[in-house]
Amino acid sequence: MSHGRVTGAVEEVFREDRGRLVAILAARLGDLDLAEEVASDAIETALRRWPVDGLPDRPLAWLVTTAKRRAIDRLRHDAVAQRHLAELAVEAEPAAPAEVAGADGLPDERLTLIFTCCHPALAPEARLALTLRHVAGLTTPEIARAFLVPEPTVAQRLVRAKRKIRESRIAFRVPEGAALADRLPDVLHVVYLVFAEGHTASAGDDLVRAELTAEAIRLARILRHLLPGQREVAGLLALLLLTGARSAARTGADGAAVPLEEQDRTRWDAVAIAEGRDLVVTALTGGDPGPYGVQAAIAALHAEAPDLPGTDWPQIVALYDVLRALAPSPVVELNRAVAVGMRDGPDVGLTLLDRLAGDAALRAHPQVPATRAELLRRAGRTAEAATAYRQAADVAGTGPERAYLSRRAAECAP
Amino acid sequence: MKYMLLIIGLFDDPTAEPPTAEAFQEYQKALHDAGVVVDGNPLGDIETATTVRVREGRRLVTDGPYAETREFVGGYHVIDVPDLDTALDWAARNPGSRFGRVEVRPIVDMA
Repeated sequence: MSHGRVTGAVEEVFREDRGRLVAILAARLGDLDLAEEVASDAIETALRRWPVDGLPDRPLAWLVTTAKRRAIDRLRHDAVAQRHLAELAVEAEPAAPAEVAGADGLPDERLTLIFTCCHPALAPEARLALTLRHVAGLTTPEIARAFLVPEPTVAQRLVRAKRKIRESRIAFRVPEGAALADRLPDVLHVVYLVFAEGHTASAGDDLVRAELTAEAIRLARILRHLLPGQREVAGLLALLLLTGARSAARTGADGAAVPLEEQDRTRWDAVAIAEGRDLVVTALTGGDPGPYGVQAAIAALHAEAPDLPGTDWPQIVALYDVLRALAPSPVVELNRAVAVGMRDGPDVGLTLLDRLAGDAALRAHPQVPATRAELLRRAGRTAEAATAYRQAADVAGTGPERAYLSRRAAECAP
Repeated sequence: MKYMLLIIGLFDDPTAEPPTAEAFQEYQKALHDAGVVVDGNPLGDIETATTVRVREGRRLVTDGPYAETREFVGGYHVIDVPDLDTALDWAARNPGSRFGRVEVRPIVDMA
């Protein structure tokens, strides 16, 4: 193989397998920082040696072996680590190796890594940062930019979290049985947060954010591959695919946000929708529904409707009724009120919304003015709608949303 | 690895039914049977507590626990288990976890 072709092949391996490499090393060494360092060392060595010696038959296995040797070298020179060297048993196989092996026969430890990064003993922000850094491979600056948090803050979170993993001895292990069911929602929630962060920002504007939704879907696919029997994992992937399918239609030529009502549905990703719909069936078949499965079902009903009036609103309200029992939240109540308004008429929706807004938890929610404005507009109460749209524009989170709400305000009160 | 389980109870909760001495004894036995015990004791009643502070060279001794909070430390266990999840399982089994809370702290090896 020519030098150039080998280098290209090497880069391909690294893109695909770096996550798996770090996961295997982290599981063996019980130390994320060490795993990342020796993984980088091994890759550096490969970039030097493979173009000369040729691509090994099993590139990932070669990287793992090289990285482990490097780790032993480093630990031998670290007096403090010496005491732990015997306990780490770097050479030995783990007591319970990952059940799912890749095509190359190596265990897929990414599940181990995700569960460790999302351990409940770690602070929620730390779980998110760790997962993005070590499972998704984002750099610290990329994470900081994505969540609009200062870089030193993210760096500190990572340092503290890894110290906690080391000093409290959080084991690198996939929980089993009831413990897995108990811990899975935390993992799914982190993946969901990654997606939400990418999705609510103005689509198409910032490259990092589009990469976030793609990364979340990639993580969800890994989980689906490694936990094929877990229906809520299918539900989450379905939700992300169905929601992401609408991305292209969500921003207008002028950069303003386009509401569902006005989106050009021919620009929705039909392939993603088809896959999402199949997964919804999986998520809701064979047992009690979970919150992600139900949310995905709602998204599927939107995806298969020709337009807003043609949407199955009674079914959507029924699904929100199930969802509010499983996972109550202000957003669920607000969305349900909108669906009730579509099913029974805007006045009914407004009465419901006003009753909800009496609740302290909901009253201050930033989406309330926008929801109220939409219902007032549909009810033909244009003067009140204009005022409500202006209020909503004032508290809007992004430029594109503000642009849309201001436009509506102008339309309602010319 | 050694962990300390701090069993933290709550004062003045009229609705609460504090765990019984029998419940704690059963738990202690389970710990012993599992071979994880390093140490452990209930602490004397809160009325028996005395607080010591030294400020600007003067010793101040007062009656009562160290903080004016609703919580008090009722007892502790020191266990030796392989990892945090195992320690958390034992903490969850402690009767105090249903009434107040159990704080799990790794013990720093000063050797």
